[in-house]
Amino acid sequence: MLLVLGRRLANVIPTLLAVIALVFLLFSVLPGSFISGMNEDGRSTIDPAVMERMRKEMGLDDPLPERFAKYVAATATGDLGISFRTREPVTKMIAIRIWPSLKLVLAAMAFAIAVGVTLGFLAALKPGSLIDTVSMVGAISGLSLSQFWFGLMLMYLFALKLQWLPSFGYGDGGLRNLILPAIALGVGPMALLARTTRAAVLDVLNADFVRTARSKGMSERRVVEWHVLRNALVLVITIVGLQFGSLMGQAVVVEKLFAWPGIGSLMVDSVFQRDMPTVQGCILMIVLFFLAINTLVDLAYVVIDPRIRYR
Amino acid sequence: MSTPLLKVENLRIALAGHDATYSAVENVSFEIGRGEAFGLVGESGCGKSITALAVMGLLRRPLSLGGGRIVLDGQEIQDVSAAEMRRLRGKRIAMIFQEPMTALNPLSPVGRQIAEMFVLHQGMGWKEAMDRAEDALRQVRVPSPERRIKDFPHQLSGGMRQRVMIAIALACGPDLLVADEPTTALDVTVQAEIIDLMAELCAAKGTAILMISHDLGLVANMCKRVAVMYAGRIVESQPADAIFATPSHPYTRGLVDSLPRLGERSKRGRQRLREISGVVPSIAAYPAGCRFNPRCSSVTDICRTVAPDATPLPADGLVRCHHHG
Repeated sequence: MLLVLGRRLANVIPTLLAVIALVFLLFSVLPGSFISGMNEDGRSTIDPAVMERMRKEMGLDDPLPERFAKYVAATATGDLGISFRTREPVTKMIAIRIWPSLKLVLAAMAFAIAVGVTLGFLAALKPGSLIDTVSMVGAISGLSLSQFWFGLMLMYLFALKLQWLPSFGYGDGGLRNLILPAIALGVGPMALLARTTRAAVLDVLNADFVRTARSKGMSERRVVEWHVLRNALVLVITIVGLQFGSLMGQAVVVEKLFAWPGIGSLMVDSVFQRDMPTVQGCILMIVLFFLAINTLVDLAYVVIDPRIRYR
Repeated sequence: MSTPLLKVENLRIALAGHDATYSAVENVSFEIGRGEAFGLVGESGCGKSITALAVMGLLRRPLSLGGGRIVLDGQEIQDVSAAEMRRLRGKRIAMIFQEPMTALNPLSPVGRQIAEMFVLHQGMGWKEAMDRAEDALRQVRVPSPERRIKDFPHQLSGGMRQRVMIAIALACGPDLLVADEPTTALDVTVQAEIIDLMAELCAAKGTAILMISHDLGLVANMCKRVAVMYAGRIVESQPADAIFATPSHPYTRGLVDSLPRLGERSKRGRQRLREISGVVPSIAAYPAGCRFNPRCSSVTDICRTVAPDATPLPADGLVRCHHHG
């Protein structure tokens, strides 16, 4: 188990390096910089001499390889640089934002798993029934919804019309403010989970060993409890992992929409301002989260499926 | 013969297609006495496996029981309640499947899969049931059962897995063991061991066997009586030795002729093994009359229009052919 963990973690480092390189390259080919961006606003014109000095200060004039080497070296020590915009260390800015982001993602996933897996299971156990039809139609709709539109509708109904919940913002960080953004973010994974769970359970129900179980004289309920659940779980976990991992990246839209102070909204703001160190820091966090979830999923496989051994 | 253990009468299995319902199996009747081994032989797709599933009450959509009677020990079981059937299944009739890898749950230790039988049918607790599972593994001659009991199916060889299946099937001492191609997926060297083990354990416990196979040689060795199925019907039924000596149906003759025999070459010289030309027709396109007629070498006009009735043969045998003998 520890060995598996070690190997997985060793795989994380090259992935991170590749991501950092990619982001770095991308932002160096993009036209404009933080400083030219300040000018384009049209609000103020900066003295060219000042611009020159700032460029030097921020190291924007150095050759790309040199900047990259510096950045990697600093990142390795946990230093993500200083934000161009706020002049604060990026690590500090991210530290403030990471908890709201995690909270949102976890809540969204909890909603997706609780509703999606349950619906998928019920649908699979009674294929063709009312609950099957209704939940699968719901799942298709959920998959096709745009988060942005769905989020607005949630706000309109629950905040504006019914006035049950606040329409946006972090509030005191309590549950009331969390519910709407979590549902808006979780509805996509929920729909996908409902569909894949249904497919997985149906698949297992047709397996030979389920026929064996029936030939033993087991009730359907026992068949499901003893032989179907665990096998279906292996397939469901894969989808949970993939969805979970990418959720922090997906949260960008929802965070912006609900003015949620997370990594996603920080990143969007920073992109508009060409605040490179902050953008890179945010992307790094999102990738790290993805990798962490993937590692957890790999560990879960080892626990659930005795056939899986990583060598 | 006293009352047979299993009596199947005019069994029909319906297959629901998109636009029509077909008879996947029809007019199938046979009897198995207590402790007797009975073989059901035929090519793939002739309906032997679903006949076995029908006996187990395990037919699932699109297949269903279309008619006939299945009598176990004097009790009609073709339409007993699901709960009643569950009590019989595993306890009085048990089944072994073709592919032991997929027939065992990959995520459950084999010991537990055996122990389930004792928990289900004898109301034991898991601890006691696991001890019994170890005994059961010992009986099917799995080496060091105390360790194997914790193994998962993928850690065992094909032969060992089939031994586990046998242990599961025989756990509660059933009256009838339905074995659906139990050796087809195994290495040739292991096949004989498994067959011997099955025969020996069943003989010791007085368990009857319904052996299903496409291998006429294997079935004839193991079983007292053999029925040959073709395209959903029994075409011939005879004692095992008679089937080789005097096969009456052209299809049976074809099967017997297609078996290689030791010493044949020195007797008759080098020659090709004979085969039955053509393939089994699909259920939706069964020919009229005798279903074997498109492949039969002695076909006449009547074969193409009239389905042959059963003609009795000596020793309770029967054949369905217009030109038998």
